[in-house]
Amino acid sequence: MTRLVEMQLSTPGVDRRGDIRQVPLGVQRRPSESVHNDFGAEHMLVNIGPQHPATHGVLRLVVELDGETVKRVIPHIGYLHSGFEKLGEYRHYNQIIPLTDRTDYLSPMANNVAFALAVEALLGVEVTERCRLLRVIACELSRIISHLVWAGTTGIDLGAMTPFLWMFEQRERVYNLQEAWTGARLTTSMTRVGGLMADIPDGWEKGLREFLREFPKTLREVDTMFSRNGIWVGRTQGVGVISAADAINFSLSGPMLRASGVAYDVRKDRPYLGYEEFDFDVPVGEHGDIYDRYIVRLEEMFQSVRILEQAVDRLRPGPINVADPRLVLPGKSAAMSDMEAMIFHFKQVMEGVRPPAGEVYFGVENPKGELGYYLVSDGTAKPVRWRIRPPSFLNLAALPQLCEGALLSDVIAINASVDIVMGEIDR
Amino acid sequence: MTASQDAAGPGLVGTANQSPTARYQGVVPDSTMAPMRERFGAAIERVVTSCGQSSVFVAPHAAHAVLEWLRDDPDQRFDYLTDLTCVEYRDAELPFEMVYQLRSLTRNADLRVKIALDGDGPLEVASVVGLWIGANWLEREAYDMFGVVFRGHPDLRRILMWDTYQEGHPLRKSFPLRGRFSRAEQTRQALAANPEAHYSMEELSIAEAYGDLPRDMQERLAAGGRGVVR
Repeated sequence: MTRLVEMQLSTPGVDRRGDIRQVPLGVQRRPSESVHNDFGAEHMLVNIGPQHPATHGVLRLVVELDGETVKRVIPHIGYLHSGFEKLGEYRHYNQIIPLTDRTDYLSPMANNVAFALAVEALLGVEVTERCRLLRVIACELSRIISHLVWAGTTGIDLGAMTPFLWMFEQRERVYNLQEAWTGARLTTSMTRVGGLMADIPDGWEKGLREFLREFPKTLREVDTMFSRNGIWVGRTQGVGVISAADAINFSLSGPMLRASGVAYDVRKDRPYLGYEEFDFDVPVGEHGDIYDRYIVRLEEMFQSVRILEQAVDRLRPGPINVADPRLVLPGKSAAMSDMEAMIFHFKQVMEGVRPPAGEVYFGVENPKGELGYYLVSDGTAKPVRWRIRPPSFLNLAALPQLCEGALLSDVIAINASVDIVMGEIDR
Repeated sequence: MTASQDAAGPGLVGTANQSPTARYQGVVPDSTMAPMRERFGAAIERVVTSCGQSSVFVAPHAAHAVLEWLRDDPDQRFDYLTDLTCVEYRDAELPFEMVYQLRSLTRNADLRVKIALDGDGPLEVASVVGLWIGANWLEREAYDMFGVVFRGHPDLRRILMWDTYQEGHPLRKSFPLRGRFSRAEQTRQALAANPEAHYSMEELSIAEAYGDLPRDMQERLAAGGRGVVR
């Protein structure tokens, strides 16, 4: 992908000799050339967070400064640690699904789908066509709302309030759809092993189509407001750069990896949910800076709209659950009137789904990056080990490297560009 | 044996595990196994396949060399560490496992390498931070949650729990779900902790400027150390 904007923006500034001249913005600004470089004073420590809106959750950064230049950033995490992995060892597989909502709480439906897929891989079960398409819709809607939060809050971090409101208006529409489908706005818990909690209600597709018609308009407005905006370009281009080799070495994933020029997307390279049947492109950046991460995420939203349009066109009436009474609860009336259905209902509720002994790693492309669930089963109804491979945990681990040598104000922009969600990092 | 302990699960005896993730490039091919066995011999202990994904068990002493070879060999090139974690089984007779999920982005292949450790003995393996920097936080988490010591790790500290956490390693099976200490004791420790002690002296270069700090801050830093509960 070629860079969309190559503009010469400049601002009056002071060079190192103290002469006033035009200082270029957004072109390989090197913080070491900052006028504040040679203070010669001792380093200063600045504590950011854990309770600060610009840390996107309870993240604490201890920043060591030489003048205004960042010498070192030390992230302290764990303030939101809830022991989900430990809790999972004490729960049935279907009871774990509510825990997955609470990890990456900006894209709960995508987490639900990922967990159901991992358990189904352990069981060797293939879900129905309608369920598969509805799960694709859930994943892509999650991608959109997660990226909208990202772009909105990053805009606020850099001083742009208005686009945030436009984006949250659109996000609200997705949340209304989510609420109509699952009954919850945040903690959706919408998948079950072998299917879904509920089918979409009547008229839901119409609401989705309407959203898909309206939403790209807002996206284009955001594009207009940000992509060529002097302040935005100046604060994002050439800042927080990570090379492709480093991005791989740091195990980055998702837009963080792709913005550095590594074309790896789980949906393309390890297709699940039939993503290979959908026509969509994977945007890849070139410079590995904040601006490229923004462009990648913006373009991903357009691509999600494409996938959603195809998925909703293919949606046909049909069952949403596999026809296996060992996995899926019988209907209410059957459980009340049919002896066998009642027995299955009882065994399901009391004993849970029991996959055979074995283990599986299942990675999916979540908005933040590759979310992997590693499940180890010993044949009982509760996993021996439920490991979450949290994408933002690994992405955040690169923050000290990204910030080294940057300016203090860039730390906020760089931290925002990583797109972290602390529920997932601390688990 | 009651029904709830039936290992195969109700009605799932003999279920063929045909994973829908067959496209996951998980079954380790001969092009990897043959040169690995030839080079490392008996250090390659066994290969176990589950749900279409193979795990190669490697002897602890050779693990670092095997991982380095897997990363650097031009035919293997596992350049991406997807995940690093541990597994402890409920059955105490089964060994403790270190799990490395490797991926080759260039070849689009996956491989899981495992190291079996004696769960009763000291848990210690060589750090792979030198091979993949991404292992830094992952190893810190494994240390925090399981107590595995990584030889050669540059900064092996707790990461999710706080530095002065006294109760042990939460994801060990011997660790009770609600923690070892009573809620009253946990509250007492939390209230007694010195928040400023989180500026640990060795990790920050403020230590160099220690003499110039105001006296009260010097005292607090010196007294708190790494936040010892008083």
